[in-house]
Amino acid sequence: MLLQKENIITINNVRKAYKDVSVLDGINLQIKKGEIFCLLGSNGAGKTTLVNILSTLLKADDGTAYIGGYELQKDAKNVRHIISLTGQYAAVDGFLTGRENLELIANLRHEENPKAVAEQMLHQFGLTDAADRQTSTYSGGMRRRLDIAMSLVGEPLLVFLDEPTTGLDPQSRIAMWETIRTLTTQGVTVFLTTQYIEEAEQLADHIAILDKGIITAEGTTEELLDQYPDAKTLEQVFLLIVENKEAQ
Amino acid sequence: MTTLKKSRPLHDLYTMTKRNVIYSTRNLDTFITAIMLPVVMMLLFVFVFGGAINVGDYNYVNYVTPAIILLCIGYCAATTSVSIQVDMQAGIIDRFRSMSISRTCVLAGQVTASVMRNALSALLVILVAMLIGFRPSAGLLEWGLIIVLLLAYTVAFTWTALFFGLIAKTAESASVFGVVALFLPYLSSAFVPIETMPHALQVFARYQPFTPITDALRSLTFGVVDKTALVISLAWVIGLGLVAYLASLWAYKNKKRG
Repeated sequence: MLLQKENIITINNVRKAYKDVSVLDGINLQIKKGEIFCLLGSNGAGKTTLVNILSTLLKADDGTAYIGGYELQKDAKNVRHIISLTGQYAAVDGFLTGRENLELIANLRHEENPKAVAEQMLHQFGLTDAADRQTSTYSGGMRRRLDIAMSLVGEPLLVFLDEPTTGLDPQSRIAMWETIRTLTTQGVTVFLTTQYIEEAEQLADHIAILDKGIITAEGTTEELLDQYPDAKTLEQVFLLIVENKEAQ
Repeated sequence: MTTLKKSRPLHDLYTMTKRNVIYSTRNLDTFITAIMLPVVMMLLFVFVFGGAINVGDYNYVNYVTPAIILLCIGYCAATTSVSIQVDMQAGIIDRFRSMSISRTCVLAGQVTASVMRNALSALLVILVAMLIGFRPSAGLLEWGLIIVLLLAYTVAFTWTALFFGLIAKTAESASVFGVVALFLPYLSSAFVPIETMPHALQVFARYQPFTPITDALRSLTFGVVDKTALVISLAWVIGLGLVAYLASLWAYKNKKRG
């Protein structure tokens, strides 16, 4: 018998509209435990809205979603125990040092030994030298690294990274990719959003293309290329989808 | 594997309070302004205007110090509306909201930190007032009541400031609350007897909360328990505090998203 990997996220027909403008128009997705899932879409496609719904910040108008077996709306508290969110803007306290930021989250996650957790994270993310500086003095790449380190405190099973490399220089972007790859070796599932096709190609085990509130294509890079025989690269797949819809 | 841990609201409250206290100590200019402004105003009122203001048989410094304490607490608590607004704009609040911590704790941590800041600034105002001749004649009971009243006032005012900070779209609009907090006491019995005001203003002054609160506090410092003023004051601050608390929680839960 083939061992089927367990789904960590199941989304059924999730909809969201702001006033009369539909942002998510019936999303269906299944994401497996331990994979890097990449939600690819242009600005305004609805990526952040979906992340906000899945991370319990926003209520869907319709549809259901399960995370780690818990129903999102009914069991938000349990969902919050197993997820962690790194939003589009680095969620670090600028007036605290890197170490204090990590200890704050470790305390809120009720870690037994917050100081040791902070120390370990600083080491793992190469922030030991900057540990006792206020994070307002950090570079963009360092803030992002600290942000992800904070998200990993408390060993979440699922990490949402909403456009983690937007605004980073090429060098920091490549370093961030390395960091994201190491997450899955620790058994964490990564839900990543991006507007960069290259990023999806580099990282994703599983890609979904979100366009104007609908998942228009889904699968591994190979599967997507099979679905669109005219396309030779993921970029061409993406452009075919987006342009097709505009032509209609 | 993550194990589901028990909720520990007191531990969370302590953690959030500590964060906000660190914030105050690292924004020393804001904190010092909030403390020094009332002290400077007290000196201004006592030495510049005091001579020209007739408050009957009272020594003006004794008359005005309770008002300055209230002004000081109001202004100091109002800085909370700016700090929560800044937090809401930054990603950190979304992180807290997506974590399994009680929503009250995130906000209550601001209130406890504000109470600590205010205790310090009120103490400083009282010390400076004593240096320039403030001589309270309150006994043990009156001091106890003064502390209860000021504490309730601080808590209520901070929750109100939080609510305005939570619904404000920018730090500039959040800071408007501080201006209101600074000016409302002028239209009360805080600095001048209300009988000296035009009639329409007298009506407003008589029924706004600063008048009973000032009256209650002032009589307590004179060693008299003005029961009516005290009951009205406590009703105001408890009512205001409760409404502001519920409104703040609502605003926090229903944060508008861009």
